[in-house]
Amino acid sequence: MATTSISFAESSLLNLVLRRADDALILGHRLSEWCGHAPMVEEDIALANIALDLVGQARSLYGYAALVEGSGLTEDHFAYRREQHQYRNCLLVEQPNGDFAATIVRQVLFSAFMDLYWREMMTSRDKALAAMAGKAEKETAYHLRHSGEWLIRLGDGTDDSHERAQTALDELWVYTGELFEADDIERGLAQSGVAPDVLSLEGSWNQRLAPILREARLEIPQAPFMQSGGRSGRHSEHVGYILADLQYLQRTHPEAVW
Amino acid sequence: MSEKHLPLWEVFIRSRSGLAHKHCGSLHAADAEMALQAARDVYTRRGEGNSIWVVPSSAIVASDPADKDELFEPALSKIYRHPTFYDVPDEVGHM
Repeated sequence: MATTSISFAESSLLNLVLRRADDALILGHRLSEWCGHAPMVEEDIALANIALDLVGQARSLYGYAALVEGSGLTEDHFAYRREQHQYRNCLLVEQPNGDFAATIVRQVLFSAFMDLYWREMMTSRDKALAAMAGKAEKETAYHLRHSGEWLIRLGDGTDDSHERAQTALDELWVYTGELFEADDIERGLAQSGVAPDVLSLEGSWNQRLAPILREARLEIPQAPFMQSGGRSGRHSEHVGYILADLQYLQRTHPEAVW
Repeated sequence: MSEKHLPLWEVFIRSRSGLAHKHCGSLHAADAEMALQAARDVYTRRGEGNSIWVVPSSAIVASDPADKDELFEPALSKIYRHPTFYDVPDEVGHM
């Protein structure tokens, strides 16, 4: 049977670029779900701004993925024409928005990681990735500032907001281990100076989070284990629903353009 | 939305080429830092500015619209206060 899905050979570099691109696209999509629903209009716009930053980063990265792949595929093919198991995003970004506290906690955990990641990527031997990192780092620094300030106010706010923030942190913590998982792909590209060594970022990540969580009066959870699988395409059931939403048009009308 | 928890702030933006901060609108925020961030997100997303002020709306002292006759009407009949009654010599050039 004919399929609208693409198939392609996935080199290490392509796989790594897709990890960063899919993280940005899926989280950008998640945040866009808040549009028109955020607790106040100012925050509605703020979350949409972050979503647009992330979708913009995803576009640049998918464009580069297409270049690396080299057979004539485009950014749209990578964004809209892959199947669930071909998505390389981490499990953290696909988690549902939950309440506002859960969205903010997810953003703090992810942005704290990405800010460090992009900062190191700016010195990559790969000039295209270094240039994308230079732009993305400024955006990500603001994402962390914004979500971090919110988390402090939620954690150090009312009994209700504190409890919601702590619950969100407890529930999302198990997805943070995957951020620092260095498999052969991450390790190999780190050794050749193309990408940061994710394993080495964990200490700095904890240092970034500590003052925010302290000021927010939140306890760092003790997770008995860490969830993983997103990088190799083993996702939670949430991704199927996200892709149904995201891919509907290109699956129904392949190659449709504006 | 309660005024107690989310008071109103007035936002002033200095544009890239402008010298003075200009009032551009208002917003609700819990405190000064959040007001500054909201101002950035709401009022500078199209590259409008390179500096932001936020001021609690409650800190602004405004003239009473009912006083407008006594405050502003007297100036309307004094056109000689506009510097349009002088002949500028050619030698002065562009002024």
